[in-house]
Amino acid sequence: MMLEVKDLNVYYGAIHALKGVTFHVDKGEIVTLIGANGAGKSTTLNTISGLLRARQGSILFQGEDITRTMPQDIVRKGIVQVPEGRKIFATLSVLENLEMGAYLNKDKAQIQRDLEMVLDRFPRLRERRNQYGGTLSGGEQQMLAIARALMSRPTLLLLDEPSMGLSPILVEQIFEIIQDINQQGTSILLVEQNAQMALSIADRGYVLETGRVVLEGPAQELLHNPMVIEAYLGGHG
Amino acid sequence: MKHISRTTLIFLGSIVTFTLVVQVLISLGVLSPFWNTILRQGAVMAIVGLGLNLIYGFNGQFSLGQWGFYAIGAYSAADITYRWTNDANSNGLTVLFFTILLVGASILILYRVFGKIRGVDPLSAFAIYLIAAVGLTALAVSIGNLTAPAVNAILKALPTNIANTLVYLLAVIIGGILAAEVSFLFGLPVLTLGSDYFGIATLGFTIIVKVLLDNSDVMFGFVEMKGARGMIGIPKLTSWIWVMLFLILVIVITRNLLHSSYGRAIISVREDEIAAKAMGIDIGHYKTLTFVLGCLFAGLAGGLYAHINGFLHPDSFNFIKSFDPMIIVVFGGLGSVTGTVFAAFAWQLVLEGILRSILPPGFETWRYVVYPLLLLVMMLLKPNGLFGNYEIPYLRQVLPPLKKPATETQTPAAKESL
Ligand SMILES: Nc1ncnc2c1ncn2[C@@H]1O[C@H](COP(=O)(O)OP(=O)(O)OP(=O)(O)O)[C@@H](O)[C@H]1O
Ligand SMILES: [Mg+2]
Repeated sequence: MMLEVKDLNVYYGAIHALKGVTFHVDKGEIVTLIGANGAGKSTTLNTISGLLRARQGSILFQGEDITRTMPQDIVRKGIVQVPEGRKIFATLSVLENLEMGAYLNKDKAQIQRDLEMVLDRFPRLRERRNQYGGTLSGGEQQMLAIARALMSRPTLLLLDEPSMGLSPILVEQIFEIIQDINQQGTSILLVEQNAQMALSIADRGYVLETGRVVLEGPAQELLHNPMVIEAYLGGHG
Repeated sequence: MKHISRTTLIFLGSIVTFTLVVQVLISLGVLSPFWNTILRQGAVMAIVGLGLNLIYGFNGQFSLGQWGFYAIGAYSAADITYRWTNDANSNGLTVLFFTILLVGASILILYRVFGKIRGVDPLSAFAIYLIAAVGLTALAVSIGNLTAPAVNAILKALPTNIANTLVYLLAVIIGGILAAEVSFLFGLPVLTLGSDYFGIATLGFTIIVKVLLDNSDVMFGFVEMKGARGMIGIPKLTSWIWVMLFLILVIVITRNLLHSSYGRAIISVREDEIAAKAMGIDIGHYKTLTFVLGCLFAGLAGGLYAHINGFLHPDSFNFIKSFDPMIIVVFGGLGSVTGTVFAAFAWQLVLEGILRSILPPGFETWRYVVYPLLLLVMMLLKPNGLFGNYEIPYLRQVLPPLKKPATETQTPAAKESL
């Protein structure tokens, strides 16, 4: 198993944001977490990547307990997160942003090769490589955020609402890219509001409601589950 | 062989030429001692400003503590040279030398240890650092006093000039390192606070330092510092050449730091802490590193400043003055090394030099009307500071070349949305 999250409980002060969340991601899978605003999706990702601490429960990555590991060591082990809202470095150029992604890699030659690979995948970024990150369009910024994460050679990629604020065409493009990354061997945990799109590319899905997993199953099944249709797919199957 | 680039040569060539030309003008008496002092203070302010620019401009930590660390550097360096020139005693030098050595070593060792252990909360760590620092300082005082006679003998065997200069240079460096070590201890618990609190905490630090200096004679027994009456009799050893050498050194260190992967990590922390963390950057480490380095510069500048006029007064380290470096950095452009250096000199030349000589006597206070106005005008016309983030070629970041040429050349007009 690639990632195993067991009985995760996370608090913000007195607010109990995750109330015993359990799920797993197998090797080579795309798993999606869907849920309404405030369900605890970002909280889950931030806890896995070490930005937040769990009060209870455990997170195993490739069999190793990483519940108390520092964020930088988690990145080193191969989990990298594309945070919600992209969060690229606005006054660094596209290239420098990408270099920051490879921050923990000391092998210069490998960084250079990865850079070429990533720029091949995102030709638009190659064109704009010397432009400031902050001056990119929303879609370009999302691509940069994903590309930057790829620079750290993840085995598990955590994506937090990659479709946020993008036009339908761009959303399609981004999801194609995600599938493509997955096909080349990276496991993916995808958090989305856009349940339709997320379930259509995912292998399995979990539905999160106020800090609890209320439903889980193969993505195709969830797509046809009446409750999911009612709550997240706009009523009509 | 290491290749020295053209821009480096041009930069070093022009700054060395500038330094020498000014020196010739000073030697010939074309520049009066008044202007000589103004220029040296300009260089000192540039060093203070570069330190603050690292902390605030590049790392995004709003600090008003720069002036407090400047004061620490000034008074500790002054105390060393004072004791040597007036009492022919090197105990100031030896005590502080062993202090920075032992405390520095303990900080480095503990920092490593804490880096390996997870989950030591900042306050417990702080307590341990502090206990180690206090204990080792006490030890350093004994070792320093024991070794002072031997060091005295060695220094007296040297020609007076050389001995004095040696003590002076060591004093400036020790003052800088002392300020840096204090900044580490202070920064540890405070840097984990949010940025607004950091500003308040550092302001508090500057105020505390000033109060301690006011009482340096009665509370701590440093009679030579004379508390609120001001310390006199410090040898005036900071020449134009020395201060410029330190400035060049600080510029080169800053530039090399910023162009390294450390530099990009420092900037990325300013840009977005969450993203930086998600990329595996230990943001606490970089904040501490930047803060300590910036305060090292402040301390060095303080030591240099103390030996310009030969006189130090706690009022010069009033918290109101802690806004001076802040204004210089904002004026020059946050995140511009060029801008900071330029603004520091301009600040001294215009406000202390030109305005003082053209305004009738007694009207100096008008400077404090003029510079808020200048600042206001600038905020309206150039909100990013005089230089924005412009850098001269030497200081500009050179991006690594790509192996493959781009398929399309990028034009500003190519603005079709993705
Ligand atoms: N920093 C914080 N302090 C206090 N409460 C927080 C904080 N961050 C999140 N919360 C609360 O925790 C709960 C889960 O938030 P989270 O951000 O994980 O939701 P989400 O599922 O990602 O929502 P969205 O789809 O809107 O991004 C919410 O009730 C939110 O108000
Ligand atoms: Mg969210």
